[in-house]
Amino acid sequence: MKKTLAFIVVIVLSLLIILELNNNDLFPKFGDVDLTQRVSYRYVTKNLDFPVIFGETQNPESGPANIITSIIVDYRSFDTLGEVSVLFISSFGVAFLLGSGHIVKRLDLNLKPNFMLRVGAKPLFAIILMTGVYITLHGHLTPGGGFPGGAMIASSILLLYLADQQFRAKIKGFKLLESISGTLYVAIGLIGLIFANYFLRNFLPTGTVGNLFSSGIIPIIYVLVGLKVGSEISGIVDSFLTTEEPI
Amino acid sequence: MTLIEITKIILAILLLLISFLAVNEKKIIKSVIYLSALSMLTVVSFVLMRAPDAAVTEAVIGSGLVTSLFIFTLLSVNKEEKK
Repeated sequence: MKKTLAFIVVIVLSLLIILELNNNDLFPKFGDVDLTQRVSYRYVTKNLDFPVIFGETQNPESGPANIITSIIVDYRSFDTLGEVSVLFISSFGVAFLLGSGHIVKRLDLNLKPNFMLRVGAKPLFAIILMTGVYITLHGHLTPGGGFPGGAMIASSILLLYLADQQFRAKIKGFKLLESISGTLYVAIGLIGLIFANYFLRNFLPTGTVGNLFSSGIIPIIYVLVGLKVGSEISGIVDSFLTTEEPI
Repeated sequence: MTLIEITKIILAILLLLISFLAVNEKKIIKSVIYLSALSMLTVVSFVLMRAPDAAVTEAVIGSGLVTSLFIFTLLSVNKEEKK
């Protein structure tokens, strides 16, 4: 009876959503949108009259070849600062609930890592770490960026935790790295506020679209975000896998 | 209908089916594995919808980190219950 009722509620709600979104002026069909009437048109053309060409266009308004990066880290960089602080608050909460400054040791989960995991973890750690660093560094050219790159760095640390029952990362170093990169992010924003009149404005020359060293402050910010996310998620993993020493 | 459209329809049905199984499974560990499979299929659907950024993030966080954190929590809870 309960399940039938839930099923009927779900059907009615989905019918309502579909009927509301069909024939709605604000929600046109896929491909029918006139992009020139939208704000995103400016993000795609980078405020130029001629089309952007990979490897040739010089000094556009926003440098990245990846449009999503130019929105996330350039036009809407303040939102990214908010996202990073949300992640910081969540990692702070996890550390507050699960870990503490007392003597801590690894949680004994009765997981015996077998031979393949123990031997294969070290080369795989190097490969995953390098992939994370690559994705973070090339965030303005290829899909990805600071968040997935940082999460990959954290998952390589997680692999080390899985392979060795006694392993613990240097969490104090991670915390230092996290606070330094967060402070530098805000400092770059303040430099933009002082020299270019807007918080987090791109004050460096943007260069050629498609080069590794291009688009001003965006690669710097993405590297900082990658370091911050990686160290924060590594701290969360460490908090989940350790326990306080009973006195 | 092209091959990609057929793939999309099969993917959508699989997504619905696996999310239903994840909700209705009695054992929590199996439910976590279904959730991991769900986010792996979501990655494929993101790639088909041409959103590689979202796909990379979902692959790392959804099916990697979150699943492992769930499993660690389950293992430690089971250990506490046995005491």
